[in-house]
Amino acid sequence: MSKTQTVPDIQREPNVAGGGKSPRPPLGVSGLSLLAILISLFSLIPLGYVIYMTATTEWSTVVELVIRPRVGELLLNTIMLVVVTVPLCLVLGVGGAWLVERTNLRGYRWWALALAAPLAIPAFVNSYAWASTIPSLAGLGAGVLIATLSYFPLVYIPVAATLGRLDPAIEQSAASLGLGPWAVFFRVVLPQLRIAMAGGSLLVALHLLSEYGAFAMIRFDTFTTAIMVQFQSTFNGAAGNMLASVLVLLCMLLLLGEAKVRGNARYARVGFGAQGLAIRFKLGRYELPAQLALLALFVLSVGVPLYSVVRWLVAGGAGVWEPERLLPALAQTMGYGLAGALLTCVVAFPMAFLAVRHPSWFSKLLELSNYVTSSMPGIVVGLAFVTVSIRLVPGIYQSAYVLLAAYVLLFLPRALVNLRSGLAQAPRELEEAARSLGRSPSVAFFRVTLRLTAPAAAGGAALVFLAIVNELTATLLLAPNGTRTLATAFWAKSSEIDYSGAAPYALLMILISAPMTYLLFQQSKKAAGQ
Amino acid sequence: MKIRKNMLAGIALAATAAMGLTACSSGAPAPASTPAASGAGEITVYNAQHESLAQEWVDAFTKETGIKVTVRNGSDTEMSNQIIQEGKASPADVFLTENSPAMAQVENAGLFADVDEATIDQVPAEFRPSTNKWTGIAARSTVFVYDPAKITADQLPKSMLDLAEPEWKGKWAASPTGADFQAIVAALLELKGEEVTTEWLAGMKENFTAYKGNSTAMKAVNAGEVDAALIYHYYYYGDQAATGENSKNVQPYYFKNQDPGAFVSVSGGGVLASSKNAEAAQKFLTFITGKAGQEILKNGTSFEYAVGSGVASNDKLVPLKDLQAPTVDPAKLNSAKVTELMTNAGLL
Repeated sequence: MSKTQTVPDIQREPNVAGGGKSPRPPLGVSGLSLLAILISLFSLIPLGYVIYMTATTEWSTVVELVIRPRVGELLLNTIMLVVVTVPLCLVLGVGGAWLVERTNLRGYRWWALALAAPLAIPAFVNSYAWASTIPSLAGLGAGVLIATLSYFPLVYIPVAATLGRLDPAIEQSAASLGLGPWAVFFRVVLPQLRIAMAGGSLLVALHLLSEYGAFAMIRFDTFTTAIMVQFQSTFNGAAGNMLASVLVLLCMLLLLGEAKVRGNARYARVGFGAQGLAIRFKLGRYELPAQLALLALFVLSVGVPLYSVVRWLVAGGAGVWEPERLLPALAQTMGYGLAGALLTCVVAFPMAFLAVRHPSWFSKLLELSNYVTSSMPGIVVGLAFVTVSIRLVPGIYQSAYVLLAAYVLLFLPRALVNLRSGLAQAPRELEEAARSLGRSPSVAFFRVTLRLTAPAAAGGAALVFLAIVNELTATLLLAPNGTRTLATAFWAKSSEIDYSGAAPYALLMILISAPMTYLLFQQSKKAAGQ
Repeated sequence: MKIRKNMLAGIALAATAAMGLTACSSGAPAPASTPAASGAGEITVYNAQHESLAQEWVDAFTKETGIKVTVRNGSDTEMSNQIIQEGKASPADVFLTENSPAMAQVENAGLFADVDEATIDQVPAEFRPSTNKWTGIAARSTVFVYDPAKITADQLPKSMLDLAEPEWKGKWAASPTGADFQAIVAALLELKGEEVTTEWLAGMKENFTAYKGNSTAMKAVNAGEVDAALIYHYYYYGDQAATGENSKNVQPYYFKNQDPGAFVSVSGGGVLASSKNAEAAQKFLTFITGKAGQEILKNGTSFEYAVGSGVASNDKLVPLKDLQAPTVDPAKLNSAKVTELMTNAGLL
């Protein structure tokens, strides 16, 4: 989702357009800043809750709860999971993207879509499929397997979009200067994928930290599953919150790492003429291995879950289709998914705008606060909301509003990542040009910047929709009485090993996620200017 | 400045649209009516019992009394924690659980009203807490399910305490994160004290394999992954009555002799002190412990033991009186201590 300058020597400029010019008058920004601050403060509710619980626990208890062998086990499990899974996702994501975008692979258009498809399959459905196919699946290896197969598209999609749009002129220059294809890839192409790779990796890592269902099903303990266990046991709230604090620290480390890798380069391309088409690398005798590798990946990530769901549907027969339960669950999931996606994008906009147009330590801090919240497991955010909402706004407790607010906080970064890159690509010069042609600032903003950002916003909304469809624990705690989403119904059935009964819910989740995944894929291409 | 106003208006508009959208499409009740919805003739039940059983109770109750019941489903301690967080503002009128510890937890938080005499009269004393702040509504027995191909009858443990011995290393499974298992540990703690429990849990950590959920643990025994599992009886009978696919290679074994492993866990029902419709809530409790409610339990598919109004349990089960369960006052089951001991043992 980056845009590389055609003129190399300003590539390193900060992304304030026009470099040395002073930023927009602070007055125009202050309202936006205020909005962003309010949203950030709101998003700090769960973190505040965890800090409050930690602060009100005696120090000796904190030490006792945090420094014990079990926390060591969980830390090792969680870190190993991230350390192994993220590079695997990078290899699969970048490798896949390169094959479909930059080689003469047969059927590359089909493969381009097929590699995004696993995103339509919720991680816990994937886990359910694998666990019911190989019941003994458990532990770190299983965790890495499920997580990699479920999350590699989060790297693949942005990388493919960026690759498809990189200006081949730079590569051609490099080649003309005597670099071989591999050297061109590693020294020219890969560095330009930095933002997409860093952003994708961050999303994967955040998923890994907060995923519950997928790992619980295959008996792999991470901080999040352990926190859930603490809350399910007799509310050792202190222990649960201590674990959450450790999780927050891990998240901060990830964010710092990502910010460092992402750097400050400017990515809006304003230049004369159209960029050329990339020349596709001729695979030759590598074509067969490449096809087989992609096929294997597709079978493992999409084939296995689909096969399992269909197998359980067949085993369950007509009896598992209970329309009076399925349809309301479908309607509720769609309702929350769409409303939550829209709302999250709207809320994320001021933040993204500040981050791109007025970057400062302050806007970074605001952004950071939102990422921290999203790395917390749904159960922690859910309990914080129960505690806060029943005391401060009892009138809307257990209403759709509170649940939507929780969704916004949990999934804000997904919209933010997309919006930020969308805005970064909408050059401010164009808006200024519109103004110089006589448009009022607001018209110029809506006609130019907002329109250019729309595809990225659609991508962000699709990503949030997918996340809401998969959300379990916050939904259970905060939903209005009688609410049953596809995910919670699926979880209830599969926990009772009623695999057949769970299958229709799994199928519906996949079916409503598929168009969103397609939208996400399309929009990421469009956002990349294809 | 103009940009800002327009944007704010746009944001407000989109947000309102989003709210409206969910309100209609989700079929969720209008927000304003949520907590206060339990007006006359309506109650809200926080249900951690089997969903199908609760639904049958609710349907029969509404048919008989005309009182509308809203059910919120969850698991024992998730719901008790939620009720405690909600405090006096809780929308719940009635709380139903599968085990006693979550009831004791809410009782200790001072959130239950006294149970009506009419209900107390229907439930024998051994299935009620001595405090009468809630009542038993059903019961479930601890059982050791094993694979007869791997463990012969004479190799079976005499007591649940034996499972901590080195010869049981790697041979048995349990679901330590569930309320079911924690109720068993609570009984052990009440019967044998902290020292024995701590030692047993340490031995357990060495010996056992953790699964999530009793049914999953039984399935593992059935599939030959592990030799035996410590679970509740009805998972076995429920599966036998259905397809038997997760229990056909499994045998149930009862410890009896008042052993901690012969513990019978009482499922609880209570009325919240904060209930705005206490009369209807009490009526619901009287109904489910009454003859009609207990008959539903007996004839249903949950295979739990009936405890009230002299109704016999499902005849597929080993009769309750033959189980030689130890005597435990369910109000005394200390779940907070159990969690602490299990956390210290590295099980949670």
